[in-house]
Amino acid sequence: MLSEERSKELISIAREVRKDVVRMIGLAKVGCLESSLALADLLVYLYWEALSVDPSNPRDLRRDRFILSKRRAAPVLYAVLARRGFFSREELWSFGRLGALLQGNPEYRRIPGLDAPSGPSGMGLGMAVGLSMSLQMDKMPCRTFCLMGDGELRDGTVWEAAFSASFRRLGGLVAVINVTDHGKEQWGPVDSVDTIKAKLESFGWTVAEGDGHDFMSMDATFRSIMGVDSPKAVILRTREAGGVLLPGGSSCRGPLSREDVDVAISSIESDGRRPSDERT
Amino acid sequence: MREPSPLWIAYEETLCAMGEEIEDLVVLDSREPTLSGAFKSMYPRRFFVAGMSEQEMVLTAAGLALGGKRVFVSSSSPFLVGRTYDLIRSSVAIPSLEVHLVSPCGGLDMGPDGAPSQMVEDLGLMTAMPGMPVLVPCDGVSTRRLTGLTVDLKGPSYMRLTRRALRDLTGLDEGDFSIGGARLLTQGEGVTICACGIMVHEALKAAQVLSSQGIDAEVIDCYTVRPLAEQVVLSSVRRTGCCVVAEEHSLFGGLGSAVCQCLSSKYPVPVRLVCGDDRFGQSGSDEELREYYGLTSGRIVGAAVQVLNMRRR
Repeated sequence: MLSEERSKELISIAREVRKDVVRMIGLAKVGCLESSLALADLLVYLYWEALSVDPSNPRDLRRDRFILSKRRAAPVLYAVLARRGFFSREELWSFGRLGALLQGNPEYRRIPGLDAPSGPSGMGLGMAVGLSMSLQMDKMPCRTFCLMGDGELRDGTVWEAAFSASFRRLGGLVAVINVTDHGKEQWGPVDSVDTIKAKLESFGWTVAEGDGHDFMSMDATFRSIMGVDSPKAVILRTREAGGVLLPGGSSCRGPLSREDVDVAISSIESDGRRPSDERT
Repeated sequence: MREPSPLWIAYEETLCAMGEEIEDLVVLDSREPTLSGAFKSMYPRRFFVAGMSEQEMVLTAAGLALGGKRVFVSSSSPFLVGRTYDLIRSSVAIPSLEVHLVSPCGGLDMGPDGAPSQMVEDLGLMTAMPGMPVLVPCDGVSTRRLTGLTVDLKGPSYMRLTRRALRDLTGLDEGDFSIGGARLLTQGEGVTICACGIMVHEALKAAQVLSSQGIDAEVIDCYTVRPLAEQVVLSSVRRTGCCVVAEEHSLFGGLGSAVCQCLSSKYPVPVRLVCGDDRFGQSGSDEELREYYGLTSGRIVGAAVQVLNMRRR
């Protein structure tokens, strides 16, 4: 059970991570700010509480593995890995540049702490199945986490992998699915939490849901299913841009100006995150 | 001398033999009948059937490779490389994982099934993928040796086999196989014939016919289409001054393209391609199809005479 104190600590780490994300995307003039801001709390929870990893020994065979299937969130993964100590924060400022450690899409073998490449949407879960099978063959007790966005649930490969995971009884596989409140985007949410849950359960998965901005909720959600011996999915609701006020309304896809960066950072600093009871 | 047999049998025998020593060798198959099941019965914990979903199979293979396994994946070409191209690219080739894609049947192999089940553009797709070795053995010997070599690669590979029964050939430099190598089968000063896969056998037949006409053909088994054994091809062409390329593939992106690319930049000579041109396959028996698409020794002889006449003297 997460203590109140620890939760506060994680909130402040996530605030710093968000600020790093805004700075690095501001400098690079590329990257999807919304996805990264929305997933900051979630990734901080995973890397500080859920995953068993050791930054001083990133290739430890007994570590838990993490696959980022939602590649647009690469900047926040980088910011989290840097803050967790896998590499210097200095690397963040050259994100996306020629020859940089941190490429636009996470590149396997290049980045310390990265367990898998990211690519087209719908690719991560299939790789997570293979990685989980490999760990099972080696009788390693470690788990494989795969972070997906709700949009990629439209990809057929996700369901091929979901079927395979349950057929192969991969108890060490944990899919983390982020369902964002898409706000004003005209296509709206791809699917509701309830129907995603029902689909995965019909495939033989154990599913729990929680609030992707509330550390207590995430902790309770992950704990509620960790003992179960089937593939597991944790569906976490997040708000677009993680509730951070972005210049020019809620959608900010062009390069950020220096003023935009200042507005976003002061929004993060002023309240850090919105109260978690503003659920949608 | 072994009886002629389908190449995938030699492939699977090699996997079975290697499985003993190489404990991280894992085999994935899209459905059980693709291979004989020999590996499965010897190493049941290291064999997986992917239930005909090749996309998931390639991703699973990538995941297994991320976990430190050396993975051999098999399914027929249209599904193995056609259906999954984007996933091979992003999950296997870009991160350079040890996933070896093996098609037990390629080209016009699946006779009666027709165009969707045949693939005459697989070599083009795979040679276009940066860093991907592309192998097309023509007999049991080369299949065994190449399978043994790919397992030690620090990245992926693609190998096209065939279901047709083919006899073992003897090279002039026996035993000297390598990824990026080629095998000299006959020596001659008249014309160079580069071939891969089943067309190597047609090239040898053509060489006999040419020999009876007083033309000595140098037949090169280009079992690695990429990287092409450029030095072997160039040193032959410097002597013969002309070249024929024979392959069971479309006009684009296969061995013909590789040889032309090499020769046009390093030693331009007349070249003729004997291949399936710019067409998909169709239903038919093996013989009928080869005749219809012109993948015969007769076409190679004709092409050889043409390039000989075009040669600058």
